[in-house]
Amino acid sequence: MARSVALTCVLSLLLTAGLGAQVTADRLRNAESEPHNWLTYSGSYASTRHSLLDQITPSNVDDLELKWVFQARSLENFTATPLVVDGIMYVTQAPNDVVALDAATGRVFWVYEYTPSPESRPCCGRVNRGVGILGDTLFMATIDAQLIALDAVTGRPIWKTAVGEPSQGYAMTVAPLVIDDKVVVGVAGGEYGIRGYIAAYDAATGDEVWRFYTIPGPGEPGNDTWAGDSWRYGGASVWLTGSYDPELNLTYWGIGNPGPDWNPAQRRGDNLYSDSVVALDADTGELRWYFQFTPNDPYDYDAVQIPVLADIETADGQVVKVMLWANRNGFFYALDRTTGRFINGRPFVTVNWAEGLDDSGRPIQTPQAPGEVTYPGVQGGTNWYSPSYNPGTGLFYLSAWENYGAIFEPSSEPEEYRPGQLFLGGRPMPAIPGAAAPPALTRGHVNRWTEAVGNGAVIALDPRTGEQRWKFEMTDMTTSGILTTASDVLFTGGREGYFYAFDASDGELLWRTTLGGVVHNGPMSYQVDDAQYVAAAAGNVLFVFGLRD
Amino acid sequence: MRDSRMRDRRHAGFLALAAAVLLAASGGALRAQEHAGQYEQADIEFGARLYADNCSACHGTEGDAIAGVSLRSGTFSNASSDAELQAVIANGLPDTAMPPGEYTEAELSGLVAFIRTMGDVDPATLTVGDAGRGEAVFLGKGDCLSCHRVAGRGSRSAPDLTDIGAVRSAGALERSLLDPTGSMLPVNRPVRAVTRDGRELSGRRLNEDTFTVQLIDQNERLVSLEKADLQEYTVLTTSPMPSYEDELSEQELSDLLAYLLSLQGVD
Repeated sequence: MARSVALTCVLSLLLTAGLGAQVTADRLRNAESEPHNWLTYSGSYASTRHSLLDQITPSNVDDLELKWVFQARSLENFTATPLVVDGIMYVTQAPNDVVALDAATGRVFWVYEYTPSPESRPCCGRVNRGVGILGDTLFMATIDAQLIALDAVTGRPIWKTAVGEPSQGYAMTVAPLVIDDKVVVGVAGGEYGIRGYIAAYDAATGDEVWRFYTIPGPGEPGNDTWAGDSWRYGGASVWLTGSYDPELNLTYWGIGNPGPDWNPAQRRGDNLYSDSVVALDADTGELRWYFQFTPNDPYDYDAVQIPVLADIETADGQVVKVMLWANRNGFFYALDRTTGRFINGRPFVTVNWAEGLDDSGRPIQTPQAPGEVTYPGVQGGTNWYSPSYNPGTGLFYLSAWENYGAIFEPSSEPEEYRPGQLFLGGRPMPAIPGAAAPPALTRGHVNRWTEAVGNGAVIALDPRTGEQRWKFEMTDMTTSGILTTASDVLFTGGREGYFYAFDASDGELLWRTTLGGVVHNGPMSYQVDDAQYVAAAAGNVLFVFGLRD
Repeated sequence: MRDSRMRDRRHAGFLALAAAVLLAASGGALRAQEHAGQYEQADIEFGARLYADNCSACHGTEGDAIAGVSLRSGTFSNASSDAELQAVIANGLPDTAMPPGEYTEAELSGLVAFIRTMGDVDPATLTVGDAGRGEAVFLGKGDCLSCHRVAGRGSRSAPDLTDIGAVRSAGALERSLLDPTGSMLPVNRPVRAVTRDGRELSGRRLNEDTFTVQLIDQNERLVSLEKADLQEYTVLTTSPMPSYEDELSEQELSDLLAYLLSLQGVD
């Protein structure tokens, strides 16, 4: 070997010996212990979106100022939550570019650009919720159902694996969940007659390790909850990141609606595991338990919400490992996350599709007559917007759609399944003629809304009972996630373009600013050097705030 | 990088190429004058391989197997400029047997270079590289992973080469091997910085603006620096990569080039 080459390379090897701290599986398990970082979509495996940072407080939040902005080169909604690892921010630019930025200044290091297949056909926007990380590798799920591993330092691809077939309606918008040496994702496509699944891939190679079908196949328990061969095209998609309990080694994922969406007569039975939460062994993908929120759903009530894990002390002094879940169907639930047992549940918005829940948590359904308004409407009492649990206040916080209904019109005839084509079985109509029609419900720019169709709200619940503790009502709806901090500040946004800070204990509005676009993602917080930052996206721009210097 | 263009193109047909190259080369003084020095040898050789793999089945090794079409003539009824020729190769010709082809820019450059010089070149001057042997040079004698990285392996000190064959022409790659400093992109220039508190950094520049600079430092970490915080900041114009002109034989260089051209990204 040429001496000059050897010298150069030996020098290079010496210099690289001190490679930066990598994000190990242990760091991911203990993400709460490094609150200056944000290592997974929901901030930690418990998905509480509760930051232990406390520099920004109710008394100084008024001193927040804009530190920097990142303007995405995309006209899609900015639904991604950034990761921050030791001063570097990683965020996706819809549909599927990844950008690395200096988290203190917003200066860009690199951009990885990916052009999804033109065959991709996500139902509801070419969006992406963010990346996962392990070691110095990033993972992105794409709308053409590919899983891509990138070098976190250079932004260059390492491997790419096909998770699903985009021409058949399979897509991915989810931020991957990394557990140990595996990358877990799920497929969207519930409006295209897919058969959903959650799958884990070897982080080093991209090889599939396990796959759990969200609709059981013939001979498997639950397949008989689908009449005839309706299980083949039953949807049950997965499009939001799950959670993980390392002690139980269970990973929890919310499952989407059955298909066709609005004609339950075409798929008689409970339609497991649509509209359910499933608890899977993280090593094998085997089902440990499930809980179905909405059997034989005719309303498109995806159980695609974030499973929030909390350890709560009951009245008799016992600490119970619970899962808190405000469902699109309008009910709040607390479940025992070890067994899936129903603990309590009650509506958090107006509900008339069910009169209540029985002792097992199963809804007592009260279908409305044809042409009558069903509450909540098709977008639900809440949806994919990340909630938060603050162990300091002991309260659970969610973004809700209040006084919002829809008229559901199932097709009179069964709909023929055609690969890659919409498979809906009917349609939802607005509750008020001439009002904004679901599911879009947007009317262009912010503050162009009336109260006629419903209103948005931030609701604080006592998870022990489901009772409301405080509420902040907005005129327009909200699609924003919620962040709470150890100093009891609650950050959220809404469709009106405001970004708010509330006192998490009593709902007092402490501060607001106008971002000029709909806040679609979940606010998050991090720290670089000695400064705490809060990031929120509105329109297609990421705004980062910190205290005045 | 746009990954939808990434394809797994193998250079399986190399052994069959020597004959094609031999047959393709013949006279043509006028065309030689028109194009002399215009195309780089590496591009012509790369194009010769691609031509044999993708074009010779219909056009023949001498470019005249289709009646009324002589690629060796230097005149084409559907293209005059190189750009137009590339467009025909990429898009095909509707209502004819000429199909569209999925080629990278590097491949299109190679194909045009070869077609433009068909008959001008002396086949004896074409050294046909072998990607398999080139990989061995890359990993062994060249020890390229000590500084470069391919598909997650190797150092980040120098640019990642995972898709270098899709984004650089054969000629540009050859220049990089022979004259690294002369062909180094300004954005890749090594920088050295000393902060006001005495911290020394060196690395490869990624971006720079009026007030800040971003680099991959000597510890392979992303670093963003405020220029106001620096007491020293130097952008070097000499590449740390040595020239391989005298380190590798002509055949080894050709093999290495073939390997680099086979790096088409992750798919």
